[in-house]
Amino acid sequence: MRRVTAINNGTVIDHIPAGCAITVLKMLGVDGGRATPVTLAMNVPSAKMGLKDIVKIEDREVNQSELDKLALVAPEASVAIIRAYSVAEKLQVNLADDVVNVAACTFVNCASHGPREPLPHHLIVHGREPLQLRCHYCGREQDMDSIVENLL
Amino acid sequence: MKLGHWSLSQPLGNGYGRVAAVKRGRGVILASLITIDDLSNEDILAILDDAELLLPAAKGEVYLPLLQGKLLGNLFFEPSTRTRMSFEAAMKRLGGDVINLGDVSSSSVVKGETLYDTIRMVDGYVDIIAMRHPRQGAAQYASDSAEVPILNGGDGAGHHPTQTLLDLFTIRQAHGTIEGLNVALVGDLRFGRTVHSLSHALVRFGCSLTLISPDSLRMPSEIIDDLQALGATITQSENLKAAVPDADVIYMTRIQKERFPDEDEYQRVAGIFKLSAADLAPSKGGMIVMHPLPRVDEVAPDVDTTVHARYFEQAFNGVVTRMALICRLLGVAVPQNAGTNGGES
Repeated sequence: MRRVTAINNGTVIDHIPAGCAITVLKMLGVDGGRATPVTLAMNVPSAKMGLKDIVKIEDREVNQSELDKLALVAPEASVAIIRAYSVAEKLQVNLADDVVNVAACTFVNCASHGPREPLPHHLIVHGREPLQLRCHYCGREQDMDSIVENLL
Repeated sequence: MKLGHWSLSQPLGNGYGRVAAVKRGRGVILASLITIDDLSNEDILAILDDAELLLPAAKGEVYLPLLQGKLLGNLFFEPSTRTRMSFEAAMKRLGGDVINLGDVSSSSVVKGETLYDTIRMVDGYVDIIAMRHPRQGAAQYASDSAEVPILNGGDGAGHHPTQTLLDLFTIRQAHGTIEGLNVALVGDLRFGRTVHSLSHALVRFGCSLTLISPDSLRMPSEIIDDLQALGATITQSENLKAAVPDADVIYMTRIQKERFPDEDEYQRVAGIFKLSAADLAPSKGGMIVMHPLPRVDEVAPDVDTTVHARYFEQAFNGVVTRMALICRLLGVAVPQNAGTNGGES
């Protein structure tokens, strides 16, 4: 059963963990202000994941910097850049061991939050399944429920 | 030795002895001390051995100007008596000198100067910086900003590695070893940076831990996870009296009012653990009572005159261990005969 139609130009983000599509759109700054279509499917069957979400954003090509952010909530996501109804590029979300200047530490008393402090925000992947991040500076384990609010 | 940025995900060797931030300062490769895990077990034992050699100099019995011409910057953004003064004493006992940030209210910090700018500025004045800051992670942040080594004198509720060194020295003085002991850590284990650092070191030397705290002040989960990953034997309890008979060390800590966001929450746990001389009756003969000080009411004055009390020696040991540490980080060797004739080799 085809729930989501093909798009002419844009970005398809597949294999998003079930229920996270709205968060992914928020991370990409996609809201009701866009004039071009955005399609979203949530909790659809997946041979790979059991259940997954899918997002299709027309007339926009996601760049690597934006993909780095997606790694925090959808580390297994596969991304396809679509041009003229064909897959022009396939991109993979890669979560590096060091996540620099993607999200700020979720611990409010971390030194990295000082106003105008110039050093980069730096989180370290401490575990991948499940995803666990720690701040390079304060060492605190990150609150993954609020990491999205701390995106830069 | 790794050059560049320190990362938990890229340990060296057996996972310890990582150089927190290797910097090229004055043409020499130097390192900071941010957490106790920046020192290997061998490093720790070597520092304790050097401290042993430096005892006469620390007491002023011999003059040993190993650090003559060197300057330490004391940047204390939070109140301190022992740590700040012992860094100063350590430096001066070895012929070096110290400049102090002084009262934060009389510095450019009140003008809104960033920590980064403050560190970069002081970095140009001194050979090494000792620092205490109310925000967790400030020492690592400073180390990433500076060319000279940073000694973490306590960052928020984070770590206090130089305190750990003097604690280990004190334990070794009493027991002859720091291996395989049964240590009870008592009081504020949630905000207590001294116990955060000390627990890591004790587990690495095969000690078993009894963590005694009110439920709201338990050791943070990420520290418990780290300790268990090291194979630690940990018992968590709220019963101090039950731990006394089996303990080799009882390490008491103050419930830190200044770390509580809420006065009511503090009042619920204030004074919950108290140790008096009578409480120590069932203890082992060689058991010692330690406290990083200042104390409020958790260790009664009648404990001071028992054979168990070690907290004032602990405070002195802060001088000699910091002497050894500063020498190590500045690449200055402590001569084997440091305790005699001015340490001439």
